[in-house]
Amino acid sequence: MNPVLRRILTRWAPLWSALGLFAAWELACRAFGIPEYVLPTPSASFAAAWTFREAIWMHAAQTLATTLAGFALAVVFGVVLGVLVGSSRAAYTALNPLLIGFNSVPKVAVVPVLVMWFGIGTVPAVITAFLISFFPIVVNVATGLATLEPELRDVLRSLGATRADILLKVGFPRALPFFFASLKVAVTLAFVGSVMSETVASNLGVGYLMMSASSRFNMALVFAGLLVIAAMGIAMYELFSVVERRSTRWAHRGTEGG
Amino acid sequence: MSAAFVELDRVTLRYGQGDTLALSETTLKIGRGEFIAVVGPSGCGKSSLLKLVSGLMPPSSGGVAVAGSEVRGPLKIVGMAFQNPTLLPWRTTLANVMLPLEIVQPHRGRLRANRREYEDQARRILAGVGLAGFEDKFPWQLSGGMQQRASLCRALIHEPQLLMLDEPFGALDAFTREELWAILQSLWMERPFTVVLVTHDLREAAFLADTIYVMSKRPGRIVHLRRNPLARPRTLETTFTPEFTELVHELRNHISAVRAAEEEAP
Repeated sequence: MNPVLRRILTRWAPLWSALGLFAAWELACRAFGIPEYVLPTPSASFAAAWTFREAIWMHAAQTLATTLAGFALAVVFGVVLGVLVGSSRAAYTALNPLLIGFNSVPKVAVVPVLVMWFGIGTVPAVITAFLISFFPIVVNVATGLATLEPELRDVLRSLGATRADILLKVGFPRALPFFFASLKVAVTLAFVGSVMSETVASNLGVGYLMMSASSRFNMALVFAGLLVIAAMGIAMYELFSVVERRSTRWAHRGTEGG
Repeated sequence: MSAAFVELDRVTLRYGQGDTLALSETTLKIGRGEFIAVVGPSGCGKSSLLKLVSGLMPPSSGGVAVAGSEVRGPLKIVGMAFQNPTLLPWRTTLANVMLPLEIVQPHRGRLRANRREYEDQARRILAGVGLAGFEDKFPWQLSGGMQQRASLCRALIHEPQLLMLDEPFGALDAFTREELWAILQSLWMERPFTVVLVTHDLREAAFLADTIYVMSKRPGRIVHLRRNPLARPRTLETTFTPEFTELVHELRNHISAVRAAEEEAP
């Protein structure tokens, strides 16, 4: 293949695959005559997004704000708990079953409880985003700290290093790539949490917008909402990928040639 | 021998619930500035010996004393290097070598104010092992032999009185290994510190050590002590002399005897 063409193809590969998906979707809808109230075409969805752009803008801003607020809580809480679990054998043994049990509870079942406590709206959405996204951060930070080479620990201890020294000089820098890798996953999960809560109990946010649109059989607007959430998720994921690559270059040397 | 610098008095070490005996009734004395090697089949508790002496592990019974006082916790006068160089990948070679200075007193308190001076010291020691010009490279940009040299520098930068080496050259090719023997010997001859080298390479022990201890397998026990008669500095040529070959041969026979005894009584 022509090298220039190949470079264009690989460089914009995500764009081609997205366009391919939309084209297949559009063609399938038209070829099989699928009615719009079952599955709208992507063109109809984009058209609806444009028509309702002001409403979507407002609801998307709300969803982004609740997601990021929940995510920020998750980062703080996740790091603190991850450091605790990762640097202390006793804390690990004590907390691990609890954490796993907690993570296994479907968060959608927690939303009604949150509504009882805090009413509907922003607060339960923030808390749901937080609850669903802190777990991967805890696990990754703890793993990064706990997998410290025993020889390295011996080297440092034989120099008279305290636990805090070991954590500061080796533990944290070593756990950093694990931490950033977890942020990418956590931020997409945070969207799941906030939208879920908005769907169940809110009158703001993309989740609410989709609920009310589907009750009016405006499926094109429902799908427009889905596309907006997906786009925000991708944007946040990419943002944290860039942060990850910038801040822990040493851990990604294999993929960057250098 | 002058008054012992490191002294193990009938030391026994058990692992876990006391079923596995790693070391049994081990007694040995190391003089100040002496270079000793401990050889033996793998799994004979050689590494446990290092951990005992450096205070990373307490003995189950018996006493360990260093510089005249009982070892009760991790010592602060120790440098360590292992088969795995364990350099930190996010630090340059220079910053890796300077790590102990950020931890050990009095350097720790003086580092900020005297950074230049300490950096020069680190550059000097790196140059001494042939790593001049690699100070700003990251560990993963160095070969295995270079990483191991940097690891040695890190073990020595704070001028420890006691150097613990756990098969430090085990993962290197034969030529690099011999090169590093000579480097280690010259570092030690410049400013003698006490060295405990654990290895299963008998030629390495014969090249480097003043005294060689042969250990038996499970439970680890010292079965033979051999003073090394070879003059210093030893060179690559030394390794081809009949005396050297004879010494290695003798050590090899002891190891064979240990292994045979092991097979008779599993």
